[in-house]
Amino acid sequence: MSPENILLLSAVVLVLPLLGFVFNIFFGKRIGKPSAWIAVIILGIDLVLSSILCIYKLTTDLANQTIGSSADTLQIIIKDGLIHSKLIWLSVGDVVIKIGIGLDNLAAIMLIVVTLISFLVHLFSTEYMSGDPRYSRYFAYLGLFTFSMLGIVIANNFLFMYIFWELVGISSYLLIGFWYEKKSASDAGKKAFLVNRIGDLGFLIGILILYSTFGTFMFDEIFDGIGSGILPFASGSMLTIAGICVFCGAIGKSAQWPLHVWLPDAMEGPTPVSALIHAATMVAAGVYLVARVFAMFTADALTFIAVIGTITAFISATIALTQVDFKRVLAYSTVSQLGYMIMALGVGSYTNGFFHLVTHAWFKAALFLASGSVIHAMHHSLHKMHDHHTDPQDVRNMGGLRKTMPITYLTFLFVTLAIAGVPFTSGFLSKDGILAGTLAYANLTGGWHWLIPILAFSAAGMTAFYMFRLLILAFHGQPKTEAAAKTHENNFVIVFPLILLSILSLWIFYSPDPTNASIGWFHRAIVQPKTAVPEDYQWDFLLIEENAGESIKEHNQSVSNHSEHSAEQVHHAGHHYINKFAEEEHHFHGTAMMLSLLIAGSGILLAFLIYQFKIFSADNLEKQFKPLHTFSFRKWYFDELYHYTAVSGIIGLSKLLAWFDNLIIDGLVNLSAAITRVSSYFIGHFDNIVIDGIVNLLANITGFFGGVLRKVQTGQVQTYIALLIIGIIALIYFIF
Amino acid sequence: MSIGLTHYLVLAAILFSFGIFGILTRKNAVLVLMGLELVLNSANINFIAFAKFGGLNIQGHVAAIFVIILAAAEVAVALAIVLNIYQNYRHINVDEIDKLKE
Amino acid sequence: MDIFSIVFYLFAVIIVVSAAIVVMSKNIMFSAFSLLFTFFGVAGIYVLLNADFIAVTQIMIYIGGILILIIFGVMLTTRITGVEIKSGTTGKIQIAFAGLISLIIAITMIFLFSNTKWFTSELQPHQSTIENIGKELLTNYLLAFEAASVLLLIAIIGAAFIARRKS
Repeated sequence: MSPENILLLSAVVLVLPLLGFVFNIFFGKRIGKPSAWIAVIILGIDLVLSSILCIYKLTTDLANQTIGSSADTLQIIIKDGLIHSKLIWLSVGDVVIKIGIGLDNLAAIMLIVVTLISFLVHLFSTEYMSGDPRYSRYFAYLGLFTFSMLGIVIANNFLFMYIFWELVGISSYLLIGFWYEKKSASDAGKKAFLVNRIGDLGFLIGILILYSTFGTFMFDEIFDGIGSGILPFASGSMLTIAGICVFCGAIGKSAQWPLHVWLPDAMEGPTPVSALIHAATMVAAGVYLVARVFAMFTADALTFIAVIGTITAFISATIALTQVDFKRVLAYSTVSQLGYMIMALGVGSYTNGFFHLVTHAWFKAALFLASGSVIHAMHHSLHKMHDHHTDPQDVRNMGGLRKTMPITYLTFLFVTLAIAGVPFTSGFLSKDGILAGTLAYANLTGGWHWLIPILAFSAAGMTAFYMFRLLILAFHGQPKTEAAAKTHENNFVIVFPLILLSILSLWIFYSPDPTNASIGWFHRAIVQPKTAVPEDYQWDFLLIEENAGESIKEHNQSVSNHSEHSAEQVHHAGHHYINKFAEEEHHFHGTAMMLSLLIAGSGILLAFLIYQFKIFSADNLEKQFKPLHTFSFRKWYFDELYHYTAVSGIIGLSKLLAWFDNLIIDGLVNLSAAITRVSSYFIGHFDNIVIDGIVNLLANITGFFGGVLRKVQTGQVQTYIALLIIGIIALIYFIF
Repeated sequence: MSIGLTHYLVLAAILFSFGIFGILTRKNAVLVLMGLELVLNSANINFIAFAKFGGLNIQGHVAAIFVIILAAAEVAVALAIVLNIYQNYRHINVDEIDKLKE
Repeated sequence: MDIFSIVFYLFAVIIVVSAAIVVMSKNIMFSAFSLLFTFFGVAGIYVLLNADFIAVTQIMIYIGGILILIIFGVMLTTRITGVEIKSGTTGKIQIAFAGLISLIIAITMIFLFSNTKWFTSELQPHQSTIENIGKELLTNYLLAFEAASVLLLIAIIGAAFIARRKS
C-alpha cells in the first residue's frame, strides 16, 4: 500500500461509523429493527478494514520519506514509523492552521481495540436493547461515539484531538442519559458532561499555551519545537504547566482523581454502553492522549501524572471493596485500572501503560458485557415474576448463577483472573510490567516515591479481593432470591462477545512467554518515543541512549538466539536497553512478579475465606471495622464533599450575593426611589402650576391664531390652485 | 413680420391663461379636467416651439410625447375618480367636495 | 403677409376662440366639442412647427382618446335625460377673481416671453422626425420610456380599480 492509500483507508475507517450514525438518525425509525443490523454490518466492515491497516502497519517497515513540501496544501510525511498527512485547512494572513490524520503503531493497535469492542457492543446490543422505543436512535449514538473515538485515535494534531474529544463528551452524554425518563440517568449524563468540562477547560488552556508558543497544532511540529529548545514563555516550568493542563483533559476523560466521580454514575446508561465507555472509547481516550503526547511531558509533569494515577488506583480500589451494585464494583475497578495506566505512563513505563490499556480493554469489556448478560437474565426473570421492586443489579439478590448461566460464569471467571493478575492471562503480563516499572521508578528516584509502588501493590491486592468477592457473591453459593434461581443463559448474540473477549485475554496473543511480555510483539511494536523535553527538565533515566535502536535489535537477537543463557547474563549485557529505566525495569521484573503473585494470591484467598467458606464472617468484619466500611461504602464521601464544597459553595455564594442584593442594592434602590418620590412631589406641583400654565398659555395663543388661519383651509381644490398660482406670480415678480 | 418663436410662446401663454381660468371657475370636475388639458397643450406647444427654434430638436419632441402619455394616464385615473365621486355623492361639483378639510 | 402667417393666425384664432368657449360655455357639451377644435388647432400649430409625428399623435391620442374619455365622463356623470346639462360655474366674485388672476398671468407671461432674449439656433431643414424619435426613445430615453409604460399599466389597473362598482 502506498502512503496515500494507508491514510485514505484510515479516513474510511474513521468515516464509516459516522455514515452509520447519519443513516440511523434519519432513516432508522422508519426501518425499525433491521437498522441495528446495518449498524452492526458497518462496524464489521470497519473492523475488517482496521485489522488490515493494523496488520499492515505492524508488519511493514516504512522508510522515512516526505511527499510534498510544507507549503503544499497536502503533505504526507513518514517519519519514525509515523505516517501522517498535513492539510492546510485555513490560512488567514500569517496564520496557517493545518489539520491531518496520522497512523503509527499506537494508533493502529488502538483502531483495532476501538472497532472490535464497538463491533461486539453493537452485536450485544441488538439483543440487549430489543424492545426499546428508541432502538435505532441508540445505534445512531453508538455510531457517533465510535466515530468520535476513532477521530481521537487518528488525529495528528491538537485541533482534531480537541474537536473529537468534545464529540466523545457529547455522545457519552447522549448515551449515559439515554434513558432520560429516569432522573438518575439524566443526572448521571449531566454529571459526566459537567465534570468532563472541568478537565476539558484545562486541556484547552494547555492547547492554547502550546499554540501561542509554537503557532501550530501539529504534534510533531510542537515536539520538534520543544526539542529545538523553544519553551513556552521561555521557561521549563511553563512547559510543565502546559503538560499538566493537557493532562487535565485526561483527568476528566479517564476519570482520574479528583474528577473520577462521574464514571461510577455513568453506569446509569445501558450496560453495553458502559462496556464501550469503560473499555474502549471514552476513558481510554485520556490514557491514549497521555501516551500520544508523552514526548512533551517534563519530569515534574510526569511526577504529577504518576501521583494522580497512584491516588486514583488506590482510592477507587478501596471503594470497590464494599460496593454491592454489580456494575458499580466494575466501575470502580475501571477507575482503579485507569489509575494504573496513568501511573505507568507517569513513572515512564510507557509501553506497559499502553499495554495495560489494551489488555484491560478486552477483559473489562468482557466483564461489563457479562454483567450485562447477568442483568439481562435477572431482569427477564424478575419480569416474568412480575417483580418490579427488586434491583436486578444488586449482587445481594444474586448468587448461584454458576449453575443457571454456565457460559457467562466461565467467561466471567476467566476475565476476573485476568484483572486480578493471575498468570497465563494478559492482565498478569501488563500489570506485572507496570508494577516492575513503579519499583524501578522508586529505586531510581528514591525518597517518598517509594509510596507509589507500595500503594500500587496494595491496590493490586484489593483488586484481586474485590473481583473475587463479586464473583463469589454473584455466581457461587445458593441463589439468594427466587429470581436468581430462575435465570437462564442468554442466547448466542450475547454470549459470543463474551467468549471472544475472554479468549483474547489469554497471554498467548501478546507474548510466547506467560511471565514476560517484553519478548512479545507488542513490546516491539510500541516503543517509548524519544522525549522532546530538554535534558535539564527530564529524568536522565528516561533519555534515550545513543544507538539504542541497534542495541534493541541486538537484545532481541540475543534473547532469541541464546535463550538458554541465564537471565543474569542478559541483564548484565550493558547497553541493551532503550534507556536506563528500561534496564532497571528489567531488573525488578522478577521481584515484581513474585510480589504481585503473592499479593494477588492472598487477595483471592481472603475473598474465598470470607465469602465462599465463611471462615470469617463478612458481617462481623463489617461491624468491627464499621467506620472504615462506611467510609469506603460511601466512596470516601467524594460526592458529599463535592456537594458540600463545590455545589453548596456555589449555592452559598449565590445566597450571599442574593442577601447582598436584597439588603444593600435593593436598599440603595429603594432609598433613591424614596428620594425621587419626594422630590417628584414638589416638582409635580411646580409643573402643574408654573410650567403647565405657560404651556397652556402658549397653546391657547397658538389655538387662537390657528382658528384664524384655519379659515383659509376651505378644502376646495380650486382655492388651493388659486393660491398656488398667486404664489407663482409672486415668485415671478420677486425674481425679475 | 414673419412668424417666430415669440408668436408661438404668446399663443401658448393665452391658452395657458384660459386653462387656468377654466380650472378656477368651473364647478363640474370634468370641466376642470378640460382646463387642465388646455394647460398641458400650451406646455406642449412651448416644447415643440423650442424644438424648432431653440435647438431643442428631437429632445423637445420626446418631451412632448411624454407629456401626452402623462396626460392620457392622468385623464384615465382622474375620470375614474370622478366616476367614483359621482357614485358616492350623485354629483361632481368640486366646490362641494371638501371632506379633506376636516 | 405670406401664406405661412395666414395659416398660423388662422389656427391661433381657432385655438383662442374655442378655448374661450371651453372655459366659458354654460353648456357642458359645447365645452366638450370646443375642446375638439382646440386640440385640432394645436395639432395644426404642430404641423407648422415641423412636428409631424407629434401632430398625428395629438390627433390620435387627444382627440381619439382623451376627448372621447372626457365625453364619456360627461355622459356618465350628467343626467342627460334631465334638464341640466349645464357646466355650472361658481359665484360672480369668484369668476372676477379668477379672471383677474388669469389676466395677470397672461400679461406676465406675454411680457416675459416678448422681452426675453431667447437662444435661437439655425433652422434645420425639414425632415421626418418619426425615425429620430424612435431612436431617441429606445436609446437615450429608454428608462423613461419603460417607466412610462409601467405608468400606463398602473394607470389602467388603478383606473379600473377605482371606477369599479362596489358590490
